[in-house]
Amino acid sequence: MNSSILINSLFIFMLAGFIGFEVIRRVSPLLHTPLMSLTNALDAIAVVGAIVLVGEHKSTLSAVLGTIAVIAATSNIVGGFMITDRMLKMFKSSRPASRP
Amino acid sequence: MNEFAASPIVIEVIYLVASALFILSLKWMSSPTTARHGVWAGELGMVLAIAGTLLHEGIVDYKWIAIALVLGSIIGVPLGRVQMTAVPQRTALSHAFGALCVTLVGTAEFYLRSPNITRFMMAVLSMEVILGSLTFTGSLMAAGKLQEILPQRPLTYKGQNFVNFLLLGIALVIGIYLVLHPEARQLYPFMLAIALGFGVLLVIPIGGADMPTVISLLNAYAGLSAAAMGFVLNNKLLIVAGALDGSSGLILSVIMSKAMNRSFTNVLFGAFGQVQASAAAGQEAQQVHSATAEEAAAILSAANKVVVVPGYGMAVAQAQHKVRELYDALNKKGVDVRFAIHPVAGRMPGHMNVLLAEADVPYDRLMDMDDINGDFPQTDVALVIGANDVTNPAARNDASSPIYGMPILDVDKARTVMVIKRGMSPGFAGIDNPLYYLDNTLMLFGDAKAFVGNIVRELTGAGGHG
Repeated sequence: MNSSILINSLFIFMLAGFIGFEVIRRVSPLLHTPLMSLTNALDAIAVVGAIVLVGEHKSTLSAVLGTIAVIAATSNIVGGFMITDRMLKMFKSSRPASRP
Repeated sequence: MNEFAASPIVIEVIYLVASALFILSLKWMSSPTTARHGVWAGELGMVLAIAGTLLHEGIVDYKWIAIALVLGSIIGVPLGRVQMTAVPQRTALSHAFGALCVTLVGTAEFYLRSPNITRFMMAVLSMEVILGSLTFTGSLMAAGKLQEILPQRPLTYKGQNFVNFLLLGIALVIGIYLVLHPEARQLYPFMLAIALGFGVLLVIPIGGADMPTVISLLNAYAGLSAAAMGFVLNNKLLIVAGALDGSSGLILSVIMSKAMNRSFTNVLFGAFGQVQASAAAGQEAQQVHSATAEEAAAILSAANKVVVVPGYGMAVAQAQHKVRELYDALNKKGVDVRFAIHPVAGRMPGHMNVLLAEADVPYDRLMDMDDINGDFPQTDVALVIGANDVTNPAARNDASSPIYGMPILDVDKARTVMVIKRGMSPGFAGIDNPLYYLDNTLMLFGDAKAFVGNIVRELTGAGGHG
């Protein structure tokens, strides 16, 4: 890895860290559980690295480890988005006319 | 080279769009009214990113990718359909899966690239693998404790911290050695094994009451290890997602440890359980006032303002639906009912909110500690259901208490306090609660679900035979 790529990556990491901090600071404590399951699903984007490992099939070891990694990450993506949406559907306000 | 391959720049642009969608996704989580858009944005970003990755020019074999995606989905669906009371252990388990993916990819990359690996790359890779593997086993331990497969009590022994630090130190030394000598491939499995062992030992001494902090911290580690993986693969989308997840976990850990008036190091290395057991031993027996469901119902229906304080005990007793019935019954009588949620009530951040939302309690009735604490002096009845330490006035006025300084819900300032509790045994943390001996406190002994059900029956008059 040459140093300009490294510096680029560090810049992205720094900026994304600040964005994350500012955005997540504003999340209501009400939603901290769905927040955690959502970030968990987003974090499973690591699946892209695993997919390339499996697809490139450079060695048996890398293909096997990659396959397990894709399974683990995919289960987080599917399960994480599903449960986050299920939780969020439950949060209802009393202000609309439906409730006195 | 395959026939579906797209030029790298197309894939980069797709990743750019996905990164923006991920940021929007978290931005929309700020309010319950927009939060579901956040999930959709995240899903769209994820689908785009995976589709873009499948166009990668180096991919020659799609069969195993397809099989793995299908298998992962089959495992994921039941994990998305668990009971709401099981959400803490599900979350811990998914931290473990995320960390497993990162560790396996890091390991595969190491064996593909070493010894032709730059020092910087090896340093990041070591970080990725150490963080990933300790998060993997640590999260599995946390999930086991939350599922009660493993004992929830902290397990401590003499020299525990020394052993832990020593192990982490050895793993780091091997990591540094590999940075300097990447050809020493035979050392890699040792680094991996020690980090895996460290994860187990790190979570063993942590008790159930500290789980909110630990789950948040493991969340941060999982995010950071994914960001490190992004550095190794030079994948900007991964760096962004990892940084977002890492900062989210870090913010939640800070909120949780502030709500317990403790530092990270204290949570991880504090052996909290022992201190508390000795503190509880010094208490002598004192008089408590108890009441029946009938008396409790009479006091509640005469009240104007009621604040319900739920805790982990409500989750254990599965009492949230009965609590909603109580809310409805009192509402019908014109009583103003709100819920006071302590940040560390339950086993993960926001646990109580999700359970009450599941039971259809409107979310604008759920109040944060800071918003409601000033209202307790004007509250007629504070009803504590399965919460203990977060209501303990000793945290405010007894400097010798192990929880002294922890912000609490000031329920003792309400005109009447009612506490639903199985018996007088001290709570999880083992600290005696002076709240129970106050003159304005009534103890309601019984199972939370059954007792609240009895109060509801008294209030609605249904099924009451006298």
